[in-house]
Amino acid sequence: MKRILKYFKKIEPDKLKKPLLFSMWESFFTFFFVPKDTTSGIGTHIKDRMDLKRLMTFVVIGLIPAYIFGIYNIGHQHFLALGQFTDLSAGWNLKIAHGIIKLLPIFVVTMVIGLGWEFVFASKKGEGIEEGFLVSGALIPLIMPPDIPLWILAIAITFAVVLGKEVFGGTGMNIWNVALLARIFVFFAYPLAISGDEVWISGFDKIAAGVSPNYGWFHTGLFNTIFDWFGWAKFDPGWSIVDGFTGATPLAIAKDGGWDAVTQVYSTSDMLWGTIPGSIGETSKPLLLLGGLLILLTGIADWRITISAIIGIALSGFIFNMWGITPLMTIPWYYHFYIGGAVLAIFFMATDPVTASSTFRGKWIYGFMIGVIGMLIRVINPAYPEGWMLAILFMNSFAPLIDHFIISKHIKKRLKSE
Amino acid sequence: MFNSNKKPDYVAGNKIIYLNRGLNINIKGKAKKAYFDDIEIKNYAVQPGNFRGVVPIPKVVVENGDIVKSGDLLFFDKKRPELKFVAPVSGKVIAIRRGSRRSIKQVVIEADEKISYKSFNSPDLNSIDRETLVDFLLEAGLWPLIRQRPYDFVPDKDIVPQNIFISTFDTAPLAADMNFVIEGREKDFQKGLDVLNKLTSGKVFLGLDANKDSAPSDAFTKAKGVEKTYFRGPHPSGNVGIQIHHTAPIKAEDKVWILGVQEVLTIGAMFENNIYDARRVIAITGDEVIDAKYLKTYMGADVSDTVKVCIKNIKCRVISGNVLAGETKMFGEYLNAFDSQVTIIKEGDDYVPFGWLISQKKTPTFWKAFLDQWFSFGKEMDVDTNTNGQKRAFVATGIYEKVLPMDIYPVHLMKAILAGDIEQMEGLGINELAEEDLALCEFICPSKQEFQAILRDGHRIMIEQA
Repeated sequence: MKRILKYFKKIEPDKLKKPLLFSMWESFFTFFFVPKDTTSGIGTHIKDRMDLKRLMTFVVIGLIPAYIFGIYNIGHQHFLALGQFTDLSAGWNLKIAHGIIKLLPIFVVTMVIGLGWEFVFASKKGEGIEEGFLVSGALIPLIMPPDIPLWILAIAITFAVVLGKEVFGGTGMNIWNVALLARIFVFFAYPLAISGDEVWISGFDKIAAGVSPNYGWFHTGLFNTIFDWFGWAKFDPGWSIVDGFTGATPLAIAKDGGWDAVTQVYSTSDMLWGTIPGSIGETSKPLLLLGGLLILLTGIADWRITISAIIGIALSGFIFNMWGITPLMTIPWYYHFYIGGAVLAIFFMATDPVTASSTFRGKWIYGFMIGVIGMLIRVINPAYPEGWMLAILFMNSFAPLIDHFIISKHIKKRLKSE
Repeated sequence: MFNSNKKPDYVAGNKIIYLNRGLNINIKGKAKKAYFDDIEIKNYAVQPGNFRGVVPIPKVVVENGDIVKSGDLLFFDKKRPELKFVAPVSGKVIAIRRGSRRSIKQVVIEADEKISYKSFNSPDLNSIDRETLVDFLLEAGLWPLIRQRPYDFVPDKDIVPQNIFISTFDTAPLAADMNFVIEGREKDFQKGLDVLNKLTSGKVFLGLDANKDSAPSDAFTKAKGVEKTYFRGPHPSGNVGIQIHHTAPIKAEDKVWILGVQEVLTIGAMFENNIYDARRVIAITGDEVIDAKYLKTYMGADVSDTVKVCIKNIKCRVISGNVLAGETKMFGEYLNAFDSQVTIIKEGDDYVPFGWLISQKKTPTFWKAFLDQWFSFGKEMDVDTNTNGQKRAFVATGIYEKVLPMDIYPVHLMKAILAGDIEQMEGLGINELAEEDLALCEFICPSKQEFQAILRDGHRIMIEQA
């Protein structure tokens, strides 16, 4: 470690002459070593072990189970379409390989573009790079469809980081959740890339019987060679999509056929464990719950928001059950947690402390309203199949207003008592 | 880790307030209940900077080489000439040191072996009116021992305080145990309270500790003529600002007074013995102290004399006060007037590989994101001065309220101060806060923001505005 430290000190670039290089160097250096800065003596002499790096990293750690399952499920859905290896564990090497081939480029593009912008702005401001993008960058791949064109992703991330965050002053100053801004950009600018039934199944030009998968060098060249050594199953470009496969998500099915139609295609345990089509990281609820509990129990995310959002979803789901005039309204309220991105949204997106309400009472309102509005969009609005992205961004916009009312009341109380 | 809300027996019929929010920082280096006998302190200083609201360049009436007795006038405020500052010990004036912009930093006295006292003629408390009493306190140099909230000023002599508050315990890390400090001086304390009772239109409030298994000292529990309130809860329940907030909050134009226990003793001693008795019992604490104990000394003791005897390692930081709100002292500097504690801790100027990811220090923390924190159950921790991360914008929310048992939104207040919005600052309660109350917020902050410095700035803005 001493030698690494020495090496780092040796290659330290000049801060004034090469600001971009310096901010890159500094971010890597502080990644390897906590700096030796001591408290200035104008405040506390000791400080907590916790810093933003660790705080953000915990959210990323919470997302790792979703990543692992996401990789597997990309492959699994691909093979369900082909009618091959339809058992969950069958053809596991192919599923993982396909998942990695799809997810890795998305992850790399996200990090390179996102962190690239962070470096540029950090060097412009002459400050160290902020850790905010660690979380946004970990969330973005999880809320994208597996076949998202990488250039669209790159534009979306540029939009989210530059116009959504840096123009407001960087991490801690942004109004809207950066990850969701990236997604909403794709959603409105390139709707075909992120809506409809076809986008959730990767590796095909279109979903129709008889269509063969697009295998490239990574499939047939790299991985097939490796699998050959071990004598495992290999990718076969001659496979084609089986009759009757649609790739429709449970929500799309429920829209016309209600819950009964959904359960004919997917069992409730499929939906719970996540072997269904959807955004990469949204499907497996138990694994999301695991990560979610990690950040709730360590106090990194505020449980008030999650709990109130759950109440909001359950309550509005229950009211819709009573009403029950459209197929979507008849989905039993508890099954709303099984489908779509509700769990990912309320554990990892809504709880972003920067864009959420900052007062305790405000958090209850904010979380509850996300639950209610998300359900309204999901169930009533015919144009949008899923509501959490819009609900959270909508409530992000209102969080400062909620806080304003609560703080004004607090101030009035204090001034009145005087 | 948790705070059971069982009422201790000794509280009996008295009022008790439970504070659930806060954090006890448990670190190594607690002072044993014994006295150092090998530390001899030669020099003592009165530092105008310790007393807020005093002009930076007061009129010094002594010169180098003058011989003074304890209680003799050293300097007075030019704007408020009635504010007199007197010598805490007898001896020879050896230096009048100046700081930046010619301000007077210290008036240093080399103490005699045996302290001799100027004799005063303290008035009879039973027959005196408030005005004469105030004049006497000013004359005797006792007045600057009183602090006026908001802002901890030396009080204005024409303002009658709404109430007077004394916290009889300190919950800060490694703080001196006031029950030990006051041993043998119970009479002085009661006399001091009697004096204070004459000075306010309201009451004298005493905040007592209900956290311990045994009752506080009789001096506190049997104090007469005061309103006693027990507090149970983690730090900062011993901060007088928190106690004021929960007993009789400061309102718009209100001024209240606060005093430390040892200041009350000095005032009491004047009326008991007719001398200016600046004796102090100081806890010398911290991990870097060999055999941490208490020290009997006088106000404004020379820090270097203290540490020469007892530090383990030269690479350390000497703090007058506690690790949260104290002030760094260099060699040849002096203890602050209102502090009853010296803390000496390690400097943490070393690189820690992957320190943010793999926690290698067993330093105190508020966060449950460290595995050892789940099993720490009040164990005494190491501590150093490393910032453990770099400064960032405010990100976390909802955590600061958990260590501030007041009806205040700390981050919103900080942002109002940074924006310079005076009305907002007032409405968010800036006048109720002292820097020490926000120290825990600053300690736990993952963005490493400097709450106390920001608040100081806010107070400055408020004062300029007034």
